[in-house]
Amino acid sequence: MQHHHLTASEWDELADDPDFIALLRARRRFIVPSTIFFLLFYLALPLGVAFAPAFMNQRVFGPLTFAYAFGFAQFLMAWLVLALYMHEARKFDDRAEQLVLRTQARLAR
Amino acid sequence: MTTPTLVMFAVFVAMALVITYWASGRSVSSRGFYTAHREISGVQNGWAIAGDYMSATSFLGITGLIAFFGFDGFMYAIGWLVAYLTVLFLLAEPLRNTGRYTVADVIAFRLHGRGVRAIAALTTLIITLFYMVAQMVGAGSLINLLIQRISETYAIVGVGLLMLIYVLFGGMLATTWVQIIKAALLMLASITLSVLVLAHYNFSLFAFLNAAASAATGSGHTVNLLQPGLFFSGPHGALDLISLGLALVLGTAGLPHVLMRFFTVPTAKSARISVGWAMGLIGAFYLLTTIMGLGAGTIVGQQDIGKHLRDTQAIRYIIRHPETEPQLNDELAKNGYIVPNKNSNLAAPLLANAVGGPLLVAFIAAVAFATILAVVSGLTIAAASAFAHDIWYSLVRGGAGTEREHIFVARSAALMVGFASIFISVGLRTMNVAFLVGLAFSIAASTNAPALILSLTWKRFSRTGAICGMLAGLISSLALMALSPSVMGEHAIFPLRNPGIVSIPLGFIAAILGTLLVRDPESEAMFNQLQVRANTGLGAEV
Repeated sequence: MQHHHLTASEWDELADDPDFIALLRARRRFIVPSTIFFLLFYLALPLGVAFAPAFMNQRVFGPLTFAYAFGFAQFLMAWLVLALYMHEARKFDDRAEQLVLRTQARLAR
Repeated sequence: MTTPTLVMFAVFVAMALVITYWASGRSVSSRGFYTAHREISGVQNGWAIAGDYMSATSFLGITGLIAFFGFDGFMYAIGWLVAYLTVLFLLAEPLRNTGRYTVADVIAFRLHGRGVRAIAALTTLIITLFYMVAQMVGAGSLINLLIQRISETYAIVGVGLLMLIYVLFGGMLATTWVQIIKAALLMLASITLSVLVLAHYNFSLFAFLNAAASAATGSGHTVNLLQPGLFFSGPHGALDLISLGLALVLGTAGLPHVLMRFFTVPTAKSARISVGWAMGLIGAFYLLTTIMGLGAGTIVGQQDIGKHLRDTQAIRYIIRHPETEPQLNDELAKNGYIVPNKNSNLAAPLLANAVGGPLLVAFIAAVAFATILAVVSGLTIAAASAFAHDIWYSLVRGGAGTEREHIFVARSAALMVGFASIFISVGLRTMNVAFLVGLAFSIAASTNAPALILSLTWKRFSRTGAICGMLAGLISSLALMALSPSVMGEHAIFPLRNPGIVSIPLGFIAAILGTLLVRDPESEAMFNQLQVRANTGLGAEV
């Protein structure tokens, strides 16, 4: 990688590049809602235990409480969100690679 | 019982020494020493992260907590897994793209200046030292419990010296492979134990859960293992639980020894793949801890989880504690042993004995030992790099100095960190230091995590903000922990065991206020470059 030495104005130029802005937007469109979702889903567990103990203590499968089942659901949630991101990120990779190739070609000129 | 344990210990130590010998020729540069030349693949790094993360606290500690406190213990496991989503979304790829060797590199990328780097290095040193002391004191008592001929002091010194050999001669490459092998061994041990537990109930999940729901949970409790409230009880229980939840979910995003692993892979994509593998492995492992924990709570039973005293040992204990004599005499007559002190760390080994016998115990003990070695090795490299790269190379020498000097300082720092942690751990060997891990998570969540996240996402974020945020997070975590029940006991001034619910918001608010008070055009100007680098990998360190 020889592009260590981009100047400050070249970095700024890249930051203003429509393709880069589109990449940032696409990433944000995925990451912001997903982060809010997983944090709420996760915090719902301790908050539920704290403020709705009767609800959390009800049994859902034999003696298994809702709290414990919700705990297992956290694992499913984490893996599911992970899988979605891994899928989505391939598109980000493509966009980023295009941008890198374009920059390298320009620098080579 | 001790001979097979010793043999398995020896096999693992020898295996790790062979790896170290192989790696020693390849870690002669500072880049090799800190990052294994960034040649670790995503899959390998995922296993190594899992090996770095699933500490003895996780394996023995969580299994024990679930055996004693059921759901409340399980909460730790959940937080520790979900935490990786924070790392995945906000840190893994940007870190790989913008960092060189340390967390401070990333924070100081656009927040130039000595203050920011000095404080980031300081928080890294404090977090890793607390974490390390907790692991090593744990190692001491564990090895002493399993092989009584080896005292706590010898066990700590032994673990420390072995770890130093791996780190000094093998650097990050040897550490990585020790962590990978250990992760595989730990998975194998956990799967074996879990299958044996389920086999005990003829693979009927229903029977297993019923047993768990009716297991004894200690005197005075009306709650069973599947219900919340066994550990976090009393007037502040709920608040404590939320505080812990916050510290766990944000703490991993500030743990230097975990974040440092993202500098060992060649690209951002491989950093992402490593989180994917790590989350798969860590999640599977924590699901198994719930089977092992509930298994220990039902098959072994809480009353039997602790050191078993027999014959003369038991009689000596009874003579020394006459006040409980009749009860202990009954116990001795009935069982042939007494368990005067419960010790949840022994849940996993005792479960192995109950469902598999002495050979399985030996295997579990060897795995626990391997676990501690692998984790302290990673911690030592993280601490050494903060000292050698951030403090010596960047601050004292201003980026000057030869490669020879750099690698010499890195090794010396590792030696120093190693000896310091051995001495501190020997000094604290009889204390219950489990709270230190919680403290390390709280400090990480209140200092490194806000500084990293804000630096990568908020253009206006300034040096003043970073310094204020990290100092506020650090000081409030330490002060609140000193005033908490873990240190002050019953009459604590601060009622919660975990300071996270106060210190994390304080860390963020101080960082934001500091930024709003003093503008920092120089750092703002660098934001574009940081964003392009973080999101495209242009100009990333190779």
